[in-house]
Amino acid sequence: MPGSFRTYHDLTDADRSGLPEQIGAQRARVAARLAGVRRVVAVMSGKGGVGKSFVAAGAARALAQSGRATGVLDADFAGPTAARLLGARGARLRVAGDAVVPAPGADGVVVISMGQLLEDGRPLAFRGPGGADHVWREALEAAALREFLADVAWGALDVLFVDLPPGIARFTELVEILPAPPQVLTVTIPTPEARDAVRRALRAARERGGTLLGVVENMVGGPLAGSAGDELAAEFGIPLLARLPFHPPAAAWQALAARLGGAP
Amino acid sequence: MKFLCIECDRQMAFEERRLPGDGTLAVAFRCPACGRAVALLANPFETQLVSSLGVVIGGRTVPPQPLETVRGMVATGKDDAFADAAERAAAPGPRWSPEAEERLARVPGFVRGMVKRIYADYAREHGIAEITPAVMDTARAALGLEEM
Repeated sequence: MPGSFRTYHDLTDADRSGLPEQIGAQRARVAARLAGVRRVVAVMSGKGGVGKSFVAAGAARALAQSGRATGVLDADFAGPTAARLLGARGARLRVAGDAVVPAPGADGVVVISMGQLLEDGRPLAFRGPGGADHVWREALEAAALREFLADVAWGALDVLFVDLPPGIARFTELVEILPAPPQVLTVTIPTPEARDAVRRALRAARERGGTLLGVVENMVGGPLAGSAGDELAAEFGIPLLARLPFHPPAAAWQALAARLGGAP
Repeated sequence: MKFLCIECDRQMAFEERRLPGDGTLAVAFRCPACGRAVALLANPFETQLVSSLGVVIGGRTVPPQPLETVRGMVATGKDDAFADAAERAAAPGPRWSPEAEERLARVPGFVRGMVKRIYADYAREHGIAEITPAVMDTARAALGLEEM
């Protein structure tokens, strides 16, 4: 037996597995599928419970009402709500050729959500050997995000909202999967606690190349005290796009849509 | 992933991949010079890590199916989430023997439509008029399908 041997890059014959090429093909598939989508807007917040999905659905409906083709990708796999908010939760998904057709929801907004796929009341769980789910759960959820982008027939859209879960991990995955960093719509509530959490998310989004469209302050006018929207807007030099009360009137959504629709 | 036959100083060639259905993976490589073969045997954890990336050791033998990782890996999907199973049944294509239908019925509904589509495409490509359990076994080995 020789005392030394060649290593990976010394071998020049093709690697039939071609794992880097397979990853490259996955990315190319995402880019091809989104070729007809004019803008991808990530709806995010560093804080849970601020109404990201509510804002994403309301903004999507208002844009659709103004004549823009709009879609929502619910990337909150553990707590999917977008399909219910858009009235498309019970729809069976049709497979056509190499893609799944997203279900049409309220006002014609097309939507894909884990909420359409999971058994009622059951959490998202993956197959595999037990005892180490945490090791691959992140990778599997990233794969689900990639497939929701690449394997859904989004067609020609003016705006595709990606409704993200709290935190910044899914945003990081999104940036790595997309051909270019998305635009970012940030949602907060008025409190200082929310402000601090959302500040971190805004910084992370900017550092990763996201274009910050502005802040929506949600749940205004109730018991939640503070001015997180104004403070974050001033700190990051971005517009405060809307102050939404607990029950926003149609005019509030239309105003938000007008401001979003005018963004480049 | 590459394998080197140290004695011959030659890169070994991929020969076969097997997914025995117990969560493990076996891949055989052979030295083109001396003919010696070795097998890579991955445990369920290692196999799962590779599957999580949506890549296939040994390369793809079938084109990616829509939402294949979601449909293949989600354990709590509802049976009637997708309409493709019913649509495929109505579409012209190879016949399914009663035994093959029975075997297919044991596949979880969430992924059944996708599995049926893969077998039907395999049969079509190979000029097979009727899908039987034997055809399913052959296709499974040829395509490297686990638990399908």
